[in-house]
Amino acid sequence: MSCAEAFSNYAFRSLGYGERILPKADITLCEQIALIGSGMIWNVYFTVLALIAGFSFATLIALGKASSNPLASIPAKTFIFVFRGSPLFIQFFLFYEAFVLIPKVAGDIDLGFVQLTVETRWFTRAWLGALIVMFLNTSAYSAEIFYGALRNVPKGDLEAADAIGMNASQKFRRVTWPTMLRLAWPSYTNEAIFMGHATTLVFLSGFPAWRQAGDALYYAQYLAEKTFNPFVAYPIVAAFFIVFTLIIIGGFGAMNKRLNRHMAPEARGKLKLSLNVIR
Amino acid sequence: MCADPSTLEGLNWWLCYLTTVKHMNLYTSVFTVLLLLAIVTPCILALGFGGAVAKRSALMPVRWVGMGYTSMVRGVPDIVFFMFVPIALDQVFEMIRHKVLCSDVTDPIWQGNDFVVCDIAKLPLNAAPQWQHDAYGFILAVIAFAIVFGAFAANVIDGALKAVPKGQLEAGEAVGMTKRQIFTRIHAPQMWRYALPGLSNLWMILLKATPLLFLLGIEDVVYWARELGGAKTSRFAYPHTDWRLGYFLALLVFYLFLTWISEKVFDRLKLRFGAGVAI
Repeated sequence: MSCAEAFSNYAFRSLGYGERILPKADITLCEQIALIGSGMIWNVYFTVLALIAGFSFATLIALGKASSNPLASIPAKTFIFVFRGSPLFIQFFLFYEAFVLIPKVAGDIDLGFVQLTVETRWFTRAWLGALIVMFLNTSAYSAEIFYGALRNVPKGDLEAADAIGMNASQKFRRVTWPTMLRLAWPSYTNEAIFMGHATTLVFLSGFPAWRQAGDALYYAQYLAEKTFNPFVAYPIVAAFFIVFTLIIIGGFGAMNKRLNRHMAPEARGKLKLSLNVIR
Repeated sequence: MCADPSTLEGLNWWLCYLTTVKHMNLYTSVFTVLLLLAIVTPCILALGFGGAVAKRSALMPVRWVGMGYTSMVRGVPDIVFFMFVPIALDQVFEMIRHKVLCSDVTDPIWQGNDFVVCDIAKLPLNAAPQWQHDAYGFILAVIAFAIVFGAFAANVIDGALKAVPKGQLEAGEAVGMTKRQIFTRIHAPQMWRYALPGLSNLWMILLKATPLLFLLGIEDVVYWARELGGAKTSRFAYPHTDWRLGYFLALLVFYLFLTWISEKVFDRLKLRFGAGVAI
């Protein structure tokens, strides 16, 4: 099989397109690269969607934890403790078992212009179920980061905002929130990186890979098992993830620059890997 | 009392149910987790210290090894290493034994989709008792954990070594200490205080990584939770429906408890190591 053929057969295998049967014998390097690359689609999917959804929720939780009202701070603290204090791996199992217990019903949602059929069975599928777990998990970790940043917003900035007569919402939108984001950004970048790495757990935990459509590590494991040679498949996943990590660092680095554009160069927060946030 | 479970009710049923042989296996597997932590922690510290020192070595090749080691966990998910290291080590060990013990066999080891070594090169030998197979799997898992978390620790210790104030080291030079003396008497002892926050983080991460033992085929808490929680028909002594959710909930609480205890201990340690130091 030529290399082009391998790619046309397997480059979108993880989404269910292309060859239905995974390669079994005489597996070529191209097939391995194509298959593992197609698995990366899921890793990117989980990372990007969970991060986007988790961002606003994390801000909310962080504000809750910083709040002086116990009705807001206690649930926020509990949420953060539970999701940061327990292994993501166990969370996947737990939520999967919980989702399985949801009675199987299908319902229609009328969006006005289109009818959507929604099934509760989707919760047991990785694309929704695992995404929810990742969303909750990353929200907790990000919330802790945002909370730390929130407490470090300089007092003087807030007083200045009061002095020129900003109201509470103006103060939050124009002073507190941007400063919090700027302070939190280096750690948040780490969170994004390790969250991306943690997506490899999805198909190793409870969530079944439906029709053998899994993520990069799922395919790597399959290939290593089939070829009895771990020295090809795993380095390929590693290479894909290094590229993925570099892209995240690039994107977040650009954002970091933008958030710090008004700061003197020596006062800018640097992006640096620290280990505050991995699971 | 537990001789005939079908006659039991209420509390007695639960008492007997929770003390079956399989439940005892679950409880002992908790000790597997603690054993792993006890064995692997000193290895992690040693590897981390070695990695950090190697990174600062005057010899270029040693420095490269140190830099490679510290940066390997930055771009590649730790889970990939967990999957890769045990199987790779196993093959390397067997290959070496094959070369030494069966030097007369000239067939290639990787034959198409197979990994073939002669019988006496197998690890452990096919005829070996089951406990040897279990122990071998556990040792491979320990090595995988040590390598991955050693790399994380090397990052932490490297950062801590950099954080020791320059003045302290210069003072050592001023009183005529050799490089070695400065390192062993000033640099290394002071480093621990700076490393403590990072290492405490790492400990939390290590705790939360222990369920990954399940992925390496070890009968750990996750394995037994799945095994015991699955639905049992009336053919079993203690029939019940699918209770996996309950078992995973118990695991979650177990890990939250471990995290909580660790937090308390580290708060104490921080006070101790910080004693006599201006903040």
